[in-house]
Amino acid sequence: MGDVYVVGIDMTKFQKAGTGPAVDVLGAKAALGALDDCGLKIQDMQALYCGNLYQASGMVGQRILQQIGQTGIPVVNVANACATGATAFREGWAAVKAGLYDTVLAVGVEKMSAGLLGGGGSGGISKEGLFGSSTMPAVFAEAGMEHSRKYGTTFEQFAKVSVKNHHHSTLNPKAMYQIETPLDMVMGAEMIAYPNTKLMCSVNVDGSAAAVLMSEKKVKELGLGKRAVKVRASVMTSDPWQERDLVMPDVNTCTRLAAKQAYEMAGIGADDIDLIELHDCFATAEILHYENLGICKDGEAGKMIDTGAVALGGKVPVNVSGGLLSKGHPLGATGIANIFEVVTHLRGEAGKRQVEGARFGLTHVIGLGSACGIHILEKVA
Amino acid sequence: MSAAKPLPAVDYLKLPEGGEPYLEGYKCKACGAVFLGERTVCSKCGARDALAPQKLGTKGKLYAYSIVHRSFPGVEVPYISAIVDLEGGGTLKGNLINIEADPAKLKFDMPVEVVFKDAGRKDREGNSYMAYFFEPRRA
Repeated sequence: MGDVYVVGIDMTKFQKAGTGPAVDVLGAKAALGALDDCGLKIQDMQALYCGNLYQASGMVGQRILQQIGQTGIPVVNVANACATGATAFREGWAAVKAGLYDTVLAVGVEKMSAGLLGGGGSGGISKEGLFGSSTMPAVFAEAGMEHSRKYGTTFEQFAKVSVKNHHHSTLNPKAMYQIETPLDMVMGAEMIAYPNTKLMCSVNVDGSAAAVLMSEKKVKELGLGKRAVKVRASVMTSDPWQERDLVMPDVNTCTRLAAKQAYEMAGIGADDIDLIELHDCFATAEILHYENLGICKDGEAGKMIDTGAVALGGKVPVNVSGGLLSKGHPLGATGIANIFEVVTHLRGEAGKRQVEGARFGLTHVIGLGSACGIHILEKVA
Repeated sequence: MSAAKPLPAVDYLKLPEGGEPYLEGYKCKACGAVFLGERTVCSKCGARDALAPQKLGTKGKLYAYSIVHRSFPGVEVPYISAIVDLEGGGTLKGNLINIEADPAKLKFDMPVEVVFKDAGRKDREGNSYMAYFFEPRRA
């Protein structure tokens, strides 16, 4: 079977939750951008894979086609928590890999509201604040504190993740924010759920991202090889059983499993990766994933952030887009937006935030509950 | 309504007639995994009909926590959201009370005890609920 390539990709500038257009119009914007990026038309697409979470029963993919061209192609709408976008992309990849189609479109789109996510309950009395917290900032704070208990990771080290990612986003015009947040500002911001302050929580935004995936044969036929980026690995896992699962969602084991499979599929190791866009839904989460993705040994994540190894210019820059913390996190779009960032670097088109000489990039998302999606992309031209 | 008997706030909290409240887990006889609440298949090993109810212990240790400062309207903050490993198996999440919500005061693995109290919340019909909490325990 031939390889699968990304030939066109785009994302909207992420904007404050609730300020974007309707979900189909927002999704259409990125879809048209991805088509324009490779000079193709909607008539060239053989299938559409659409990721959206909050209107999962609302036929969002078809509504996007109603905006940009109703060609009668199959549409698959997917929902997989915060891994929704990566899932849509992967379904498109799988169909092309299997030889079903040569050219497909994957779109991720989300319109958000402001405020805390999670903590919902049903029946009887509200459980929030009675049996601990199910809000996302607290859940990921607890995951971070598990790292603290093992390795002594400090509040300051977690906070440094936000300093780094907010700095990166000052170089990304498509990020929601372009502001520097020094360490004292991050640590002194409103405490949401210790050790996560407000500046250590991802931003709810409206946004969309889309990609055109193509078979090797078709890339050659259309002469699109110059800016095409090869998908070297596409992996998805769910959470294997862990003893504290019932009360403490485990984002580590499913990530480790996915990373192992992705490196095997790509035939490379963590040391070969030049940049990473990972799921920094909270500053505490990013620290965990340095180890989960194998870019450092267990217990060395704190050192990675202290030494700047994961900052732009460091050994393996992480979240140079600004990450979910500063670029923003439109749930269903995030997985494809991460791929947009990596593709942009591999094409050498990332401007001031360009990771020089990047050949391999890795994207990672977690949908709590749980789903982990990892993609490894390679510059080929 | 008369002083009706409180209802359990979660289904794995049992309130036996004339007995002390307790938490009920289900243990897999095949692999030893412990779950909260009733189930028939083990999600660790896949064994069927190997799960039996067992009373969970009331002594445990603090595994991880967060101090919650922002919650939903009406929820009193700050409070400690704690993950506790129980002696004899099982892990619970709940509020750790009767200790200052200060990271300097909270130690990983500090001994805690499961205590049962009124939830302090009523449903729309006015029913009261029994809940569990964690308190520091002398080792």
